[in-house]
Formats: sequence, C-alpha cells, structure tokens
Amino acid sequence: MHCQICKKNAATIHLTEISEGHRTELHLCESCAIQQGIAAKTHISVKDLLAGLLASQPSEEELFGPEVADKACPVCGFRITSLNKEGLMGCPHDYEVFEDVLVLILERAHDGKSRHIGKVPSRAGQGTKRALELARLKEQLKAAVRDEQYELAARLRDQIQQLEGKCQGGMPS
Amino acid sequence: MKLTDISGTFGQWLSGTGPLAEVVLSSRIRLARNLAGHRFVNRCTSEEKAQILETLREVLLSIELTEERFFVEIDQASDLTRSFLVERHLISRHHAMGKGPRGAVIAKGEYFTGMINEEDHLRLQVLMSGCQLGRCAELINQIDDMIERRVEYAFHPRFGYLTACPTNVGTGIRVSVMLHLPCLKMVGHLDRFLNAARDMNLAVRGLFGEGTEAIGDLYQVSNQVTLGVSEQDLVRQSEQNIIPEIVEYENAARRKLLADQQETIDDKIARATALLQSAQLVSSHEALTLLSHLRLGISMRRCLGASTPAIDRLCGLFGHDPCKDTKAIEVLNRLLLTTLPAHLQLNYGKALETYQRDALRAKIIRAALGGGS
Ligand SMILES: [Zn+2]
Ligand SMILES: [Zn+2]
Repeated sequence: MHCQICKKNAATIHLTEISEGHRTELHLCESCAIQQGIAAKTHISVKDLLAGLLASQPSEEELFGPEVADKACPVCGFRITSLNKEGLMGCPHDYEVFEDVLVLILERAHDGKSRHIGKVPSRAGQGTKRALELARLKEQLKAAVRDEQYELAARLRDQIQQLEGKCQGGMPS
Repeated sequence: MKLTDISGTFGQWLSGTGPLAEVVLSSRIRLARNLAGHRFVNRCTSEEKAQILETLREVLLSIELTEERFFVEIDQASDLTRSFLVERHLISRHHAMGKGPRGAVIAKGEYFTGMINEEDHLRLQVLMSGCQLGRCAELINQIDDMIERRVEYAFHPRFGYLTACPTNVGTGIRVSVMLHLPCLKMVGHLDRFLNAARDMNLAVRGLFGEGTEAIGDLYQVSNQVTLGVSEQDLVRQSEQNIIPEIVEYENAARRKLLADQQETIDDKIARATALLQSAQLVSSHEALTLLSHLRLGISMRRCLGASTPAIDRLCGLFGHDPCKDTKAIEVLNRLLLTTLPAHLQLNYGKALETYQRDALRAKIIRAALGGGS
C-alpha cells in the first residue's frame, strides 16, 4: 500500500481518525506522518535506517561495494536494494547472504547491538546454544564492568573462560 | 466456538484488575516467528501462504492449552468482522488489510491470539489486564515452546529468530502496555514524557488517531530494540522500572491537580458525567474523550482516595461501596470498546448509519451510567 500523501513510499503508519462519527482511515509513510505532526515516534522504519547510512554515500554500490549491490539471494531473488524499496527481507536465507551488511543496519536499529542473546529454540544444536550462552555472558560482563560490579564481573569472566574451553576456540567472537 | 461468542462478552484483559490498573489498562506481549524453509509472507505465492496457514492453524488449534480456541479466516471475513477484531486488539490493522490466505486463532477469554501470515508467518500475542508483563511473558514462552515442538522456526546463530523486517529480528519480542494518561496532558508534561520515552528507546503512539494528541488520552508504549537483549531483561525492565515510573509520573500529576486545581478536574468530570447521562447523540470521538474523564474520576477515587463533589457523584452512579470502584473501571474500560463503530454494529447485528450509531452509542452509555433509556 502506498502513502496517501506522497503516493510514493510504502505506507507504514495506519491511523483511524474518528470525527463526528465518521471513521476515516489514513495510511502514511513515516516521513509524511512526521511532516503532518502525526507520528510522535513510531517504530523506526528500515528506510530511515538505510537513509541514515546512505546519506553520506550516494548509492548502495558505493556504500556496500559492487559485489553486495549486485548480489541476489538464490532462494528468493532478494537484493539489498529491495530492502530500501519494500522495507522487508525476502526469506530467512537473506540473513546469511547479506550477513555483513545486515550487521551495520541492525546496529542502527538495535542500539548498537547485532548479536542475539535471548531465547534459543530447543531444537537448535549444542554449538548454537553454547555460542549464544557465550554472547549472553559477554553482554552481562560488559554491563557488570560498566556498573562497577567487579565481583560479578570476575565470576562472569570465569564462566566465559570455562565455556570457551568447551567450545575449543571454534566460536565467533 | 465462534466470533459471535466474544462480541457480546469480554476478555479478562478489560477487567480493570491487576497491578497499576488505574493507569495501565492492559499488558501485551507479541512474538514474531517464521517457519524455516519458506519465504517471508511478502514474497510468498498464494499457494505457499495457504500451505503455511494450514500448517500453523492446525498447530495452534491442537497445542495443549486449557483455553478453548477458534479460527477466523481473515481473508474470507467481512469488513465488519475484521474491524471488530482490530478494535478488540485481537488482530492488527496490517493483518486486517493484508492480502491472500491468512487467519487468526483466538483463545476464549482473549488471553492469546495467533495471527498467521501477517507480516511474519506467525505473530503470537498474549494480552492481560493491568501491568502483568511477567505473567504474559511466561505464558507466551510456554505457547512458543509448544509450537516449536511441532514446527521448525527460522533461526540464525548470530541474529536469532529471523523476521521479515530487520527491526524485529533477534527475540522478535514486542512488549507493550496501554496507558491512560489524562493528567500528564492537563499539567502540560506530555512532551517531557514523550522525550523521556524516546531516550529509553520506547515507541509511543496514541491508541486512537491523531498522534500525540491521542483521543481519550490512551497511549501504547512499546520497546523498539529486539536484538542484543534478552526477553527476561526487557520484560523485567519494563515491568519493574519503566512502567511504574510512567504511572508515578501520571499519579503525581493527578495529585498535583487535586491539590492545586481541584476545580479543573472536577469541572471535566462533572461535565462528562452530565453530558453522557443525557446526550442523545454521541460521536466516537466525543465518547472517548468524555469516558476518559469518567475513568479518571473513578480511578482517582480508587488509588488516591479522592473525594470531590463530581467524583462523589460519579462514584455514586456505580454504588457507594468502595469495592464497586474496580467494577466501575471495568465498566468504563468496556464502554471504551463497545462504543467503537464495529463493536456497535456487530452487537446490534447489522450495519448502521453514522446517525444511528451515534444514537445507539448514547443509549448504551446512558444505560451504563444508570440512566435507563
Ligand atoms: Zn509519504
Ligand atoms: Zn532470499
């Protein structure tokens, strides 16, 4: 669905206005909504994230290099330019194909973070589970050091070393 | 079980019970999940969507939950049904207006909904009254585990649960509360609240229409970051720090107005009561605005023990017994929904013109305030 004001961008903000018993629906893109003073702060759109990256760099090709700009997902045909257009990925495999670029985009959207430390499906392999546990502990260690909780930090460091030993150094840092 | 079974009844989430219910109407947690081996919904053919719908419908209806569930085929449903489900917070507007095979499995009592083929293959939602995010998280985690035993989710060792939009990736969790903040606006602190929320990476939007000037003073606050933080930390932070702080901010404004400008509050409550008791035509906008003032009056009595001429008179309409105040909050929470256009029409049994809706709305509110017809 296109934005009702600029008729160009994808509408990401959907409002129902009720006045004098009349119900009108409004579908706007983020930037038009902000111009209209409607959006206080909705969820950040991918477009904005890319726009932030692209502002200093005129094209996807210059930003990510020609290999990335030309690359397409073999499963669904997704290109990084589609993300700018549609705001959405094409299939789970895209996250592997474009892993490096996504790290940049995700860090902008998620307060500088690009590594999952939450729930892991029970059917995920032992390696995945251990890698995520390690990432979680490292995150906690960072917070402990920041909050000057040095005893906790020492304990976390031990746990991390123990777990890294089990992984035999095969884990991503 | 069918849709008509819920149009006349209400989920627990509207009961006005639970912690901080004077300000927090409801708590909601949503998880975004996708099936491994399928393209995301926006790139699926109609056949692929139908296949995903069938798989997930069967799983959601057969997992071992105590609550009875029913399925609504959203693409086959009438506009009125879809609007009703959106008004009721059981499906999203995006889901209502989507394309192709899609559906929703809804549990009786409305604790739980699974939207199939929304932006992601599966969007799970758990909804409860008051500030109960911890309990929501527990329940949705159990449901997610049960589903995961039956299907394989798309999961990446570094990025976590994969979602169509990169802003949901990682935990796929959206933790949100619906807040009633009438006094922050009256004391002119709404901007401060919005700025503080932005600094905490929270998204705030008016529940009804026009952005920061939300009709009915109802706001939805939710997290924006879903990656690099654990579900437990997000939920704990919201439930133990962020939400109580916002509630205290609103309550401080209520106490201040009560102490310094009692007439300001009393005038709003007295006018709202008098208007709604006698008006013959009430628009949606007017209903939301005035019901907000009644809800404020009742909840100031319940949590601050406020007694003013207008509050006393209003509480009297619901009976003088103090435990009636919780019941009164529930009545008002329900009126906020039952007087919305799709609710009015579905409960009436057919489509109504604006004029007829305004008359019916006025009548329902008069009856709820003890004014008979
Ligand atoms: Zn626009
Ligand atoms: Zn792909």
